[in-house]
Amino acid sequence: MTPRARLAVFALAAVGLAALLVWGLAGLPRFGDYEGRYGRIIARDTVPQRKATDAVGVTTFDYRGIDTLGEEFILLVSVVGVMALLRAHREETDESRARAQELERIRKAPLPSESLTLLGQTLAPIVLVLGIYVVAHGHLTPGGGFQGGVVLAAALLVLYLTTGRTAFRRLRAVAAFEAVEALGALGYALIGVGGLIAGAQFLHNFIPHGHSGLLTGGTVPLANVSVGFAVAGAIATLLSEMLDQDLLRSRGGR
Amino acid sequence: MTALQAVLLILVGAGGLAVAATRDPVRQALVASLFGLLLGALFFAFQAPDVALSQIVVGSLALPAMILLAIARTRARAAADRQREEPSE
Repeated sequence: MTPRARLAVFALAAVGLAALLVWGLAGLPRFGDYEGRYGRIIARDTVPQRKATDAVGVTTFDYRGIDTLGEEFILLVSVVGVMALLRAHREETDESRARAQELERIRKAPLPSESLTLLGQTLAPIVLVLGIYVVAHGHLTPGGGFQGGVVLAAALLVLYLTTGRTAFRRLRAVAAFEAVEALGALGYALIGVGGLIAGAQFLHNFIPHGHSGLLTGGTVPLANVSVGFAVAGAIATLLSEMLDQDLLRSRGGR
Repeated sequence: MTALQAVLLILVGAGGLAVAATRDPVRQALVASLFGLLLGALFFAFQAPDVALSQIVVGSLALPAMILLAIARTRARAAADRQREEPSE
């Protein structure tokens, strides 16, 4: 295809796309107009039914809990996929020799400045507490297991980036992160099975819903905690796998 | 639409352009991080704080971190390959 013909095809496609876009935009409801039905029903019924105040969280973990189960297993499968790819690559080299070299390089690597280390050690606990807060209040305020889980993993990243030798200890932490992720995913599935045991359908909210405050929403806070574990474990595993030999080598080497 | 929403919409549009216009992948990851933060602020201004939080933790934290790590790994790998090709170094 000559450049001229290619340009002609592109122009035709662009005009068609623009026409479709204009047509679609012209049919949109007015700004701020909401014509759906379910949003209003959820906004009206969540607090009377479940006593928890975050309608989005209750929808995610209770009314549409099965979707979240699917999402959780998508996350699990992606992490397994990344690990399979990275580990296959690692086996190409002589493992024990590479590891010995890596440790030697970490030992020789210059330490980050003391002020950076201090900053990281001050920030990490604060980020950790924020993450726990976001997970624990997922059914009351915006946030929840997913958002809080990423924040928890971010605390780890802050530590890694600011204290050079944490990488040293990290080498044995991956197994723990994997376990945390798997336990989180298992916990969510078990909450679903709990609904079956209680004599209702899978993921039925079988725990008493309480009246007000932290202990409301029945299974919703539990689901938040398990998703928090699963997500924090998943992100921590991914980060640890990615921050592996190659990166440390380029960091400690030249 | 409030003034805040209008300003944020314009900023998000400019941010998206900036991400696409940045050529160096490392810089692009940082610009994308800023863009994620802007998008989070936009969701917040449109009264979707749950989505805003997700957007901020994924768009301006997890995604750029993964991109940076992936770039670092690729570069280290390329450097190692080069070293193997010329062992005299």
